[in-house]
Amino acid sequence: MNKKVLVLFAHPAQDQSEVNTPMFREALRLNHDNISCVDLYAEYPTHNIDIAIEQQRLLEHDVVIFLFPFYWYSTPAILKDWMDLVLEYNFAYGKEGTALQGKYLLPVLSAGGGEQAYQQDGYNHFTLRELLRPLEQTALMCKMRFLAPFAIFGSRAAAEEQRVNQHIDQFKTLLSSLANGRFDFEKAQSADLLAHHFDDIVKQ
Amino acid sequence: MTVYFIQAFIYLCAAVIAVPIAKRLGLGSVLGYLIAGVVIGPLTGLVGSETVTIQHFAEFGVVMMLFLVGLELAPGKLWEMRNRLIGLGGLQVSLSTVLMTGACMVMGISWQMSLAIGLMLSLSSTAIVLQTFQEKGLAKTEGGNSAFSVLLFQDIAVIPMLALIPLLAMPEVAGIAAAHADDHHDSIDLVSHLPAWLYGIVVLGSIAVVVVGGHFLSRPLFRYIADTGLREMFTATTLLLVIGIAALMSLVGLSPALGTFLAGVVLANSEFRHELETDIEPFKGILLGLFFITVGAGINFATISANMAIVIGAVVGIMVIKALVLFVLARTFKIYRNEGWLFTLSLAQAGEFGFVLLSFTVQNNVVSQEIANILSPVIAITMFLTPLLFIAFDKVVMRFYQGKSDEGGADDIDDQGTVVIAGIGRFGQIVNRLLLANDIPTVVLDHSASMIENAGKVKMKTWYGDASRPDLLHSAGIDEARLIVVAIDDRYAALNLVKHVKHAHPHVKVLARAFDRGHGYELTAHGADIVISETYFSALMLGGEALKALGVHAFKAEQIKAAFHKMDAAHRDNFYQEWLKGDEENRFSTNYLDLFVEMEERIVTAIKRDRHSGHDTSESGWTPPPKDYLDDFS
Repeated sequence: MNKKVLVLFAHPAQDQSEVNTPMFREALRLNHDNISCVDLYAEYPTHNIDIAIEQQRLLEHDVVIFLFPFYWYSTPAILKDWMDLVLEYNFAYGKEGTALQGKYLLPVLSAGGGEQAYQQDGYNHFTLRELLRPLEQTALMCKMRFLAPFAIFGSRAAAEEQRVNQHIDQFKTLLSSLANGRFDFEKAQSADLLAHHFDDIVKQ
Repeated sequence: MTVYFIQAFIYLCAAVIAVPIAKRLGLGSVLGYLIAGVVIGPLTGLVGSETVTIQHFAEFGVVMMLFLVGLELAPGKLWEMRNRLIGLGGLQVSLSTVLMTGACMVMGISWQMSLAIGLMLSLSSTAIVLQTFQEKGLAKTEGGNSAFSVLLFQDIAVIPMLALIPLLAMPEVAGIAAAHADDHHDSIDLVSHLPAWLYGIVVLGSIAVVVVGGHFLSRPLFRYIADTGLREMFTATTLLLVIGIAALMSLVGLSPALGTFLAGVVLANSEFRHELETDIEPFKGILLGLFFITVGAGINFATISANMAIVIGAVVGIMVIKALVLFVLARTFKIYRNEGWLFTLSLAQAGEFGFVLLSFTVQNNVVSQEIANILSPVIAITMFLTPLLFIAFDKVVMRFYQGKSDEGGADDIDDQGTVVIAGIGRFGQIVNRLLLANDIPTVVLDHSASMIENAGKVKMKTWYGDASRPDLLHSAGIDEARLIVVAIDDRYAALNLVKHVKHAHPHVKVLARAFDRGHGYELTAHGADIVISETYFSALMLGGEALKALGVHAFKAEQIKAAFHKMDAAHRDNFYQEWLKGDEENRFSTNYLDLFVEMEERIVTAIKRDRHSGHDTSESGWTPPPKDYLDDFS
């Protein structure tokens, strides 16, 4: 089934961004009726997030994508602010908080380290899924379903290794498969990382 | 007196009819003037022998034109362009000159005359080409930029050419011309009786007077005049300067054009530059137009029809040789594809300076009158054909390259365009500093000479002039600007400025400073895109400081300010609509005041609202869940 997709993009230094910002631009350029794109830092340059607007956006979409660079094993500050403010008691959680029930949360992030760094014996000591546990639990607390993250590793070298276009193409395919109902949510929920089973989950 | 009136009427009438038509047909104003001249001269015979006298007078337009060319050429800007200027421009002029001189010599013309002809034909038409670039939006393209470098070099090259041509004078031509007698060299001349060494000193001294005087004396003089606040005095002073320099140069036997050009370069960095440009421009335009009319009027159809084959051959020859030289240069300097073609086609004509040099060579007995009679229509015809070349570029070249140039993916705009800032008082200053710190080019205008002086003390470059005058805005470059910041003190002038810019330059975004709410609404009503009240944000800041001084937590104070601002901004449109309904005398009607009171109440409730009552306040949340919320999970 077709889904309404909300891309919440958080990058505070877009003029230095080589992967995230081009990905967001291409998402904008898709100009798809079912895909809404929000540049959080552009909309709230002073972090004065409009809670009512943001909650309305959540209500109108089925899949929420956080698009962000991985900062200190977490999201950039505005996305944390967004969660702190928008996911209110009795809206997102609590007795009457069922607004987000059954919706999906999909993190799309770029990480500086290579995939082998995010292992027990790598210098980051934890896997990406372990480090993203707070986000995963936030989704569960809101009765949302957490999808396997789409992660781009080694993002600082992507431009030099000419991988950027490939990442962008994958992201575009991912977005349109979500919007056009060609996405296997079952498999995406049980997968570890989206990229590991990309062709199974995301159908062209 | 009656005769003069009638003559002036005929000239102006022809110009007023022909120029707009030519412009509408895409031929440009230069051709319009030429056609006007042809109509009142050879075609209908309305004007006759006086054209020669008028032409000498009208040549003063060329002197003014070089003054303006000089004004555009700050030494720093010249230095930046040096490679293209000398490389492209230098090679274009020298190669074209050599080839055309050679062609003339093959036809059996003496080398002096050939060289003079080669020089005058190597120049292209700045007036037609630049105007067409602007009309078609090609000025910022690579081909357009390269063509501009060449035109600039040509404009400068005219000066040494004017110096060189008298040296080519030939006794046999002089002999024929002697009958006509020199009617412009007979006048006052201070230097002819001086010995060579003294003459040298006098010449150097006069140049020094222009350069040093222009640099040191012009500023206090212009400031003194600007302080009087009388516009016509400024115009008079500018004319005085140009005419004075021309007179000085003539007295010592130098070219007046050279002198005014130098003065222009010296004044290019002066804060009065845009005002000077604006004042001289109309005089230059009319005199130059007059000059082209006299050229048109001087065209002799009998000579053309008697030499039809030569004229056609010369036109084709000139354009082919020039295009060939340009094409080779485009290849050498790696200007490829449609840009290379634009460069090649746009400059393949002879230009208005050709006419100037032609009449100069005839006066100096370098080129005989018979040959000049043929060359004059030849130059005009190549100019007539230029619009056709541009049409060829549009229809053939662009169509051919269209499919290929679309491939480029990213469409990031490199050229941000400039920002015009009107008013460098306490408000405009800050805007300017912010923009300059981010390498955004600004053009700052202010009408107070003392304000400019103060800004100059902190190394802030400001131009003198009243920004609410359309012609001054034009020379300040409003056509290329992306934004204009309106920060002038006179509130009515600010409104007029906003209205004018939105009307005449709809592509320019207008950001305006308002004194108070009423002024802000007026600015909006006049079309300003963004209006910021000069006191609002500083008052809000001070209010926040007051809260903090009273013990409110800094972050909390920030949130209160944000809530206040959000509420205010959300209601701005309601207020504006209410204000529009009020009449001229009483804009702030009862309804408006009621609305204001209502908003004040809403702000109060928004800020005071109980934390637990929900999120629909404008204040940011971080509301903790209720005390007993853990029961939800049990």
